[in-house]
Amino acid sequence: MKTAVIFEERKDQIYRKGEQPFELACNRESLAGAVSQRACVFCGSRVVLYPIADALHLVHGPIGCAVYTWDIRGALSSGPELHRLSFSTDLQEEDVIFGGEKKLEAALNELIERYQPRAAFVYSTCIVGIIGDDLAGVCKKVEAEKGIPVIPVQSEGFKGNKRAGYEAACKAMFRLVGTGDTTGISPVSLNILGDFNLAGEIWIIRDYLKRMGVEVVANITGDGRIADIQRCHGAALNLVQCSGATLDLAKMMKEKYGIPYIRVSYFGIEDMAESLYQVARFFESRDPEIMKRTEAVVREELEELHPKLVEFRKDLEGKKAAIYVGGAFKAFSLIKAFRHLGMKVVMVGSQTGTKEDYRELEEITDPGTIIVDDSNPLELSAFIKEKDVDIFVGGVKERPIAYKLGVGFCDHNHERKIALEGFVGMYNFAKEVHSTVISPVWQFAPRRQKQKEAGNE
Amino acid sequence: MSDNNPVTVVESRPGALDTRVSARKARPSYVSTTNACKLCTPIGAALAFRGIEGCVPFLHGSQGCATYMRRYIISHFREPMDIASSSLGEKHAIYGGGPNLKKGILNVMGKYGAKIVGVATTCLTETIGDDVPMILKEFRREFSDLALPHIVFASTPSYSGTHMEGWHAAVRATVEQLVTDKVSENGTVNIMPGFVSPADIRYLKEIATDFGIRPTILPDISETLDGQALEDYETIPSGGTSLEAIREMSGASASIEFGRTLSCLETAGNVLKKRFDMPLYQIGMPIGLRETDRFFQALEAITGRETPQLHQMERGRLVDAYIDGHKYVSGLKAVVYGEADLVIGLTSFLVEIGIRPVLVATGSKDKVFKQAIEEVCKGIALGASLPAIREGVDFFDIAEEAEGLKPDILVGHAKGYKMAREWNIPLVRAGFPNHDRFGGQRILHLGYRGAQSLLDRIINAIIEKKQADSPIGYWYI
Repeated sequence: MKTAVIFEERKDQIYRKGEQPFELACNRESLAGAVSQRACVFCGSRVVLYPIADALHLVHGPIGCAVYTWDIRGALSSGPELHRLSFSTDLQEEDVIFGGEKKLEAALNELIERYQPRAAFVYSTCIVGIIGDDLAGVCKKVEAEKGIPVIPVQSEGFKGNKRAGYEAACKAMFRLVGTGDTTGISPVSLNILGDFNLAGEIWIIRDYLKRMGVEVVANITGDGRIADIQRCHGAALNLVQCSGATLDLAKMMKEKYGIPYIRVSYFGIEDMAESLYQVARFFESRDPEIMKRTEAVVREELEELHPKLVEFRKDLEGKKAAIYVGGAFKAFSLIKAFRHLGMKVVMVGSQTGTKEDYRELEEITDPGTIIVDDSNPLELSAFIKEKDVDIFVGGVKERPIAYKLGVGFCDHNHERKIALEGFVGMYNFAKEVHSTVISPVWQFAPRRQKQKEAGNE
Repeated sequence: MSDNNPVTVVESRPGALDTRVSARKARPSYVSTTNACKLCTPIGAALAFRGIEGCVPFLHGSQGCATYMRRYIISHFREPMDIASSSLGEKHAIYGGGPNLKKGILNVMGKYGAKIVGVATTCLTETIGDDVPMILKEFRREFSDLALPHIVFASTPSYSGTHMEGWHAAVRATVEQLVTDKVSENGTVNIMPGFVSPADIRYLKEIATDFGIRPTILPDISETLDGQALEDYETIPSGGTSLEAIREMSGASASIEFGRTLSCLETAGNVLKKRFDMPLYQIGMPIGLRETDRFFQALEAITGRETPQLHQMERGRLVDAYIDGHKYVSGLKAVVYGEADLVIGLTSFLVEIGIRPVLVATGSKDKVFKQAIEEVCKGIALGASLPAIREGVDFFDIAEEAEGLKPDILVGHAKGYKMAREWNIPLVRAGFPNHDRFGGQRILHLGYRGAQSLLDRIINAIIEKKQADSPIGYWYI
């Protein structure tokens, strides 16, 4: 049973803690026919850049790539909402034969005139890589004519996995950095990297930072603005959350502008608090009072949160959770968050984790936990059954796997409309976990019913 | 059964036509696409393959296509949608995707136990020039010692056509490649319903059974995309048109295909007609009274039986409801959009309840779309008000044109929500995708019962808006 669903070629991408010394293969191409949950390079670029709300995001390719990414995330904007529209060159057969450059140029001109964006990102798709359109050339020409940055994003779908797309996105953004005026920026200032403002999460974080006395120069990329990114090299620090997505940009900025970065997470109590303390420690020499203010923020928030969590914990103590997410970094925080609810994580995996990510997962999980890279529905359903979990955390693609097996589900991916970051986010998370785990519907699910019968016999 | 001459001759309306043409010319023709009102070709094929028993849809291309489509489909149906991919990387794009296609099929055989693999191409593999039929031939030769699944192949370059072309291509490929031998007459009737909901297909089965017919519905997504809660995660969901039933399609007494735009396509029905001399009834999607009457007439003609009492009564109740409800909707202006054949059916229904479609639009480029809309409006559309008819448009076009027309209601899939919200008018959801409401897979469109359901939803949407907008809030109407 354990191995029936596991492909021979994938055996070394699955690890059970304690069974043998830690070793996990990752960063491979997905196995053909395995129904991977992964997307592609284009997807990686698109998700990172998408929330920049005053830029035009034009997908150069046939219609599908633009259509499947049309406003699918809950990335909110406090102003313009250009990011919520879906633009495509909708390549047709003749464009594939004769090349799509003219169409791209005309489409760019048309859309820039119509929307007057502050910049344009042009995403290349599989087919553009094959027919060899000179994306950079067209962008350069239109940039000169229109007087706004027109940036090619080299995101051909087949050129690797999502991580390659993150890198392409960072390269694209880096072209903006350093082109704006940095006067008036406080010495106690930072950029928020790798937050996508799902359900307004970046506003929660900005509120904490404000109460601490820290200026935020640029949101990269949730609720992002081109002008902010252009001057973000004037900030004193980069806060990198979704490290897979934006660590490359932070590294480039460190190299060129000498801006240090710290890796943070806003999920769960410890990680949220520790992230704020890290910021405070960084600025302590410039602002001696900052630690006091930070402690006050954390205290105030926790005083409100703690009694509520205690209530949820009463019902959740001892329940088991499985996690399968895009980037592994989020999983670290989730494991800790579940511990606060008295729950145990028995399976954890990601689409694009690195060796270091998985090593850390191995360290912080309990013996027997399954750790998996680039999984698929067959494996995930087998793991859920084997570990008999009470809740599965994932994205929309994972939802039916949980539900078919009579297991609760929490959407911790792009589509969610509930803020899960910050202390209030921990409350929302606990509430959602609670609402699904304690639901009476599971007792009608055939698998659960059978388990119950077997237990009674 | 009422007499239903499909076409009553009406005077032509040159004036109205002229205005439309000039209005169209006055608008710019855009190069770019903003908020497309269509999907790509391979997703249609993947959806259709999902309605074949034991079949795993397989996209020959890079990993992202399969994953994006899965996500999109799962959001609507809330069901597992496992689409395999050959997961091509850079070196395959250069040296060809054959090895990965073969490896992928072997993997799908091994772990999923696929009886059939439905392979569809993507823009990538079409452009690098992978000769899929040849690769599949090689595959069968190389692994002839194994119990290989049937492999159906459809060419679905995403730069050519929409998801509906992909859907029909997959259905045609299935028939072309699997229905090769003539079997003896078996009393079945083939129904190729097009892209309708699982609830629609369940209802079609009911109708056919009431007629004493054994229907072969291809594809049949009624269970595979609207399944039960089960004890286990099924590698391939149960249900779908069985391989045996598909093979036996050559023994059917007739084929019925829904879709007025199919006339210019080489469809599965045409293949059966040519190959086995099988009578083909190509009729519009049976949406609303008249198009449903045509469907029942076809069933009467095929079986030589009268429409069963139960359905005559449903028809009677529908007419009664048309009358009871007419004042709530009479003269209201509607904008209808979506897949061409669905839009034609919905338009036909709307004009018969007295709503005035002012704009009907589809994202696909369809030669006969305009003609079909005119046909279903003939002799019944209110006044001289044939709608503006647009094909090959996106939501930017639709919104721009519709705004001046001041519609009272939108009828189409969920992607029109932003327009509805902006103009504060109801959107009655029909078709796919339905990402912002629960139960998209259970929307009933077809037959007398589907018309009843649409009618109730439309009238109640209008009443609900009136109540919401009213300073008094009447609760007795």
